Amino acid sequence: MLRVRSLDARAVSTDDDPGFAGGLAKGPRTGNSSNVGKNRENDMIAKISAAGLASVLALTLGAGGAQAQKMDLTLGLQLEPPNLDPTSSAAGAIDQVVYSNIFEGLTRFGPDGSVNPGLAKSWDISDDGLTYTFHLVEGAKFHDGTDFEATDVKFSLDRARADDSTNAQKALFAGIASVDVVDPATVTVTLTSPDGSFPFKMAWGDAVIVAPESIDTIANDPIGTGAFKFSKWVQGDSVTMVKNPDYWGTPAQLDSATIKFISDPTAAFAAVMAGDVDAFGAFPAPENLPQFEADPRFQVLIGSTEGETILAMNNGRPPFDNKLVREAVAHAINRPEIIDGAMFGYGTPIGTFFAPHNPDYVDLTNLSDYDPEKSKALLEEAGVALPLKVKMTLPPPSYARRGGEIVAAELRAVGIEPEIENVEWSQWLETTFKGAHDYDLTIISHTEPMDIGIYANPEYYFQYDNPEFQNLMSDLTRVTDEAERSDMLKQAQTILAEDYVSGFLFQLPMQTVANAKIEGLWVNAPTQAADLTAVHWVD
Amino acid sequence: MLRYTLTRLTSLILSLVAASVVIFAAIEVLPGDPASVMLGVNAQEDTLAALRTELGLDQAPAERYVTWVSGMVHGDFGVSYTYRTPVAQMIVDRLQVSLPLALYALALTVLIAFPVGIWAASRRGSVADVSVMGLTQLGVAVPNFWFAMLMVLVFAINLQWFSAGGFAGWSEGPLLAIKSLTLPAIALALPQASILARVMRSALLDTLSEDFIRTARAKGLTRRQALWRHALRNAMIPVLTIIGMQFSFLLAGGIIIENVFYLPGLGRLIFQAISARDLIVVESVVMLLVFAVVMVNFLVELAYAFVDPRLRVRR
Repeated sequence: MLRVRSLDARAVSTDDDPGFAGGLAKGPRTGNSSNVGKNRENDMIAKISAAGLASVLALTLGAGGAQAQKMDLTLGLQLEPPNLDPTSSAAGAIDQVVYSNIFEGLTRFGPDGSVNPGLAKSWDISDDGLTYTFHLVEGAKFHDGTDFEATDVKFSLDRARADDSTNAQKALFAGIASVDVVDPATVTVTLTSPDGSFPFKMAWGDAVIVAPESIDTIANDPIGTGAFKFSKWVQGDSVTMVKNPDYWGTPAQLDSATIKFISDPTAAFAAVMAGDVDAFGAFPAPENLPQFEADPRFQVLIGSTEGETILAMNNGRPPFDNKLVREAVAHAINRPEIIDGAMFGYGTPIGTFFAPHNPDYVDLTNLSDYDPEKSKALLEEAGVALPLKVKMTLPPPSYARRGGEIVAAELRAVGIEPEIENVEWSQWLETTFKGAHDYDLTIISHTEPMDIGIYANPEYYFQYDNPEFQNLMSDLTRVTDEAERSDMLKQAQTILAEDYVSGFLFQLPMQTVANAKIEGLWVNAPTQAADLTAVHWVD
Repeated sequence: MLRYTLTRLTSLILSLVAASVVIFAAIEVLPGDPASVMLGVNAQEDTLAALRTELGLDQAPAERYVTWVSGMVHGDFGVSYTYRTPVAQMIVDRLQVSLPLALYALALTVLIAFPVGIWAASRRGSVADVSVMGLTQLGVAVPNFWFAMLMVLVFAINLQWFSAGGFAGWSEGPLLAIKSLTLPAIALALPQASILARVMRSALLDTLSEDFIRTARAKGLTRRQALWRHALRNAMIPVLTIIGMQFSFLLAGGIIIENVFYLPGLGRLIFQAISARDLIVVESVVMLLVFAVVMVNFLVELAYAFVDPRLRVRR
């Protein structure tokens, strides 16, 4: 119903615009013919004024048409993807553009983080939990017209786990022993050990299905099976996609969608205010949100992400190899102050490394409540010399830079002197995250879904080595019973909170600003995606 | 003249070679590994190694330098690590924004600076002269990105005459493209015009106090006639020098303005490439800008020789 009406409106406006423009431009020119010299001059003036008038008319008409029904959308995002191949780079910006819009996996994340059927309409699990049989949707085609078949699934998964694979999340495919094609619509995946979360892993953007025919040009001309077809990429500016008329599932509601990349927060604000973009996902200037909330032209959507923002401590070297010192840090932190100061009040406090919207989340914030006196006592008990000088590296995101200043001030109040070093992202990866782990404190948001397992890796930059936690995590992969899994996850959260491995700060919010007439945008960010398949305009 | 040209040409080539070594070395010592930036925090060691091999990062620095320079000589700038497209193509795409923007801003600069400078010089010491020169002082002092934001606030958000940024592209017709470059060009041109107007004024005043102007006045020309017929042409040498420098600056110096208006130009390309450690792009674009600056200087030097015969004789 809605779609039909909108198509009508569009037809009217596109028919009328050229008619007005052409009529006005032609009119005066045919009228003058007596004086040649003067005619040319008049002609010029007429042309200019007619063109001006016509464009003004076209603009007003266009705007009028757009207000009635609009079938295209311009979405602003902060980061431009380096390329459009989600299977060979970690950049979340790639997923933001292509996930679910252009590329689809066997399964897919819903807006609430649930794992739903994707290119696999259903799957069976063998009794030993080792074999997954995926039944594929029928009639799906890639955008170049080739059929989507089981061989494409085998190709994609084998490519991702190959020795020379450059997949950023290769660990997702590590449990696969073999992928076998049964018939064009059925594929079986055999695992080396049972893995209850395999369908979850197949929903990641890094696990989307690609076609062997188009793999060589995927970085700049992505060919997927999604509801939108890639149209053009003006590098440095925008990516445009158009509706896929042959989509196998529920078709997209928009005719076309343009994603514009605006990295500067002030420019992002101006672009939304000036109407250059219809919506802005993960809006980078939280200080401007109250202004949008007060303006009836806009809506502000506040949701949750999978980003646990932490004050990571280097457990591998003094002083934070001492649990008492870590506990002292935990009690020195005032979460509401950080959330107000760094995030302008948006963000949920967390007491462990788990997303609060997850049903298995346990609220452990009371273990590390704000208590500077206790902090001082703990530091004294630990016997460290005050003031304790430590090195804090801060990567570029504003939550880290702003939050870091506040955390540093809070730590100074109890006698810990952080020396702040602002670093670039690549430098952070090189010196803090990898290599020598030359840091004591750093602030970062871990945005992958269900990533508590990173604490089981003693080589990880936390340098946290606890066999009890490691055993728990390796047991978890073998357990498929939901109740038992839930208990184990809760136990894992408690271990991390009681060990004060990191300072747990807050869950990163997802802030979207949009025109008030847009519906269907994702409020939460269960994965880094801007799924536009359900987005549409309403009156 | 030939010897003069050859000397200039040798120094041009030497500058380019020196610049290539400096650029390559500076980027070598920059911490950060492009492969880990691309693959992020969950990447495995073997994946990183595979990507480094694919990008040719496992070769020795000397080997990579030779590959890079010999490629450039043949017009092959290599393939971007992150974008996976030929760097030459990316530069061509970005120049479609940066070059017109620089030319547009330069045109505005000249259009503002010449009348203002001449007008102020012809009314030396008057209230008009003093106030105009005060305004240019302000124009030099105001940061262009701040002025840019102010214009966005007024013309894009409040009046909605222009978009707040972005580039419409040439395929939609030149008018739209020029319109989207207008605010950025004004923002870039304002400080440059202020500088150029001041240079124009003082160059004119210097020339006006020379003997040949007195001779011209003695011949019976009015002050204005002397200014237009004799002084202006002779005052052009310092003005042209500044214009040449300004053009190089406008081409390379748009980084901040391109970010304020999110224009997909060369400046933004460098900015993105540095943070992504897309070293091959950084090296090639910086080299290209060096080449542009050196070429402009070379042409200006040649132009001197045409204008001023003394230079030809001396060498």
